[in-house]
Amino acid sequence: MSSWQIIQQSLPLFEKGFVLTLWLSFIGIIGSIIVGLICSLLKYFRVPILSKIAVIYVEVSRNTPLLVQLFFLYYAFPVLGFKLNAELCGIVGLIFLGGSYMAEGFSGGFDGVSKTQVETGKAIGLSQLQLARYVVFPQGLILSVPALAANMIFLIKETSIFTVIAIPEMTNTALDLIGMYYRSNEYLLMLVIGYALILIPLSLILTILEKRVRYGSFGN
Amino acid sequence: MAHSGINVLFEGRNLIRLFGGLWTTVEIAGVALILGLLLGIVLGVLRTFPNRLLRLVLRLYLEFFRITPTVVLLFLFYYILPRQLGVNLPANQMAMLAFALWTSAEMSDIVRGALISVPKHQRESGMAIGLNRWQLYRYVLIPQAVSLELPATVNLVTRVIKTTSVLMLISVMDVINVGQQVVEANNQKFPTGVFWVYGMIFVMYFAIDYPLSWWAKRLDKKRLERANG
Repeated sequence: MSSWQIIQQSLPLFEKGFVLTLWLSFIGIIGSIIVGLICSLLKYFRVPILSKIAVIYVEVSRNTPLLVQLFFLYYAFPVLGFKLNAELCGIVGLIFLGGSYMAEGFSGGFDGVSKTQVETGKAIGLSQLQLARYVVFPQGLILSVPALAANMIFLIKETSIFTVIAIPEMTNTALDLIGMYYRSNEYLLMLVIGYALILIPLSLILTILEKRVRYGSFGN
Repeated sequence: MAHSGINVLFEGRNLIRLFGGLWTTVEIAGVALILGLLLGIVLGVLRTFPNRLLRLVLRLYLEFFRITPTVVLLFLFYYILPRQLGVNLPANQMAMLAFALWTSAEMSDIVRGALISVPKHQRESGMAIGLNRWQLYRYVLIPQAVSLELPATVNLVTRVIKTTSVLMLISVMDVINVGQQVVEANNQKFPTGVFWVYGMIFVMYFAIDYPLSWWAKRLDKKRLERANG
């Protein structure tokens, strides 16, 4: 069979994998942003106990590989009586990992707001909540956009690791096909193109977004 | 009699085997980092040169590694090198090569970023006192760039170490692969052993990466304090 036929034949399967990769990434990114925002707020307001827990979570999560986290969820947790299916494991794992990266991104933005801004706010008598609401968050969120954008791309790429727990996303589909038909060139080419189709447009959009929000930065 | 799962770690040579696997992981990460960081510095410096073609090629090199997940990259090397280019390397060395090139791409961007954020007057003063290009980089730009790039470089190191976890996919006998074998061999005797073996691997990765990322954070804080006064 010619390469072209191989590609045409496996296109529907790849499409399925592609859609699953997109879908898992999407849920993972949304979940990570929510978890990350909560953690960074707990840290910002120094909520007793909870902020400590957030700090520990962030350090554990960002200093261990997703693959090991997934193995833990998928193979070790059932022994304790929690059994999740592979896709749920993947999503939980991705959010567990992404939450800490997003938390770091938000916190970095909040910390990056210049001292003069914060001190000026205090000087005109803003309460801690007002300071956060009107001074730190609007500027900090803008400052955190580049980090959040980089994290999104990182998380999409990380979904390729789901192949180890046999979630039929794009990488898994390609590796399965290679295993069955030994046509590594064609399938790998499709795989690389598949990721490029997601990541190139996204990174262009994010670059434009970063430029746009920079107009909003102030006092730096 | 029920066995407590944690004993799986102390059964026979299990713990020694796990540490052996960890050593393979560290070795591959170490070689890849040394080669990758050095190559990355060279590429990063080249990316600040005025030659447009050179810059375009290096930019494409970076973008290729940026949009390709490491798992995919590893498989590209695994299948393409032997079949298309006739290069037959053991899996370990292939992994070192793939990781080194990936590291060099990421590093080139860090170095370039640091070099172009050295204030312009520094470069111009250097040229005004008659330094040639080599001297300009050697005495003015690179020393100042190092302090700017160090936190990002340390973070890259932690990322590379974490990413070595995907080595098991191309059947390198790294710590995770060894862990899997230990789990399978002891499944009958220690049904909850899987928890402890993967727990141990989790702790191993954390023990290597946490001090590094802590250091990176401290460096970054110092840098910000210097910058903001």
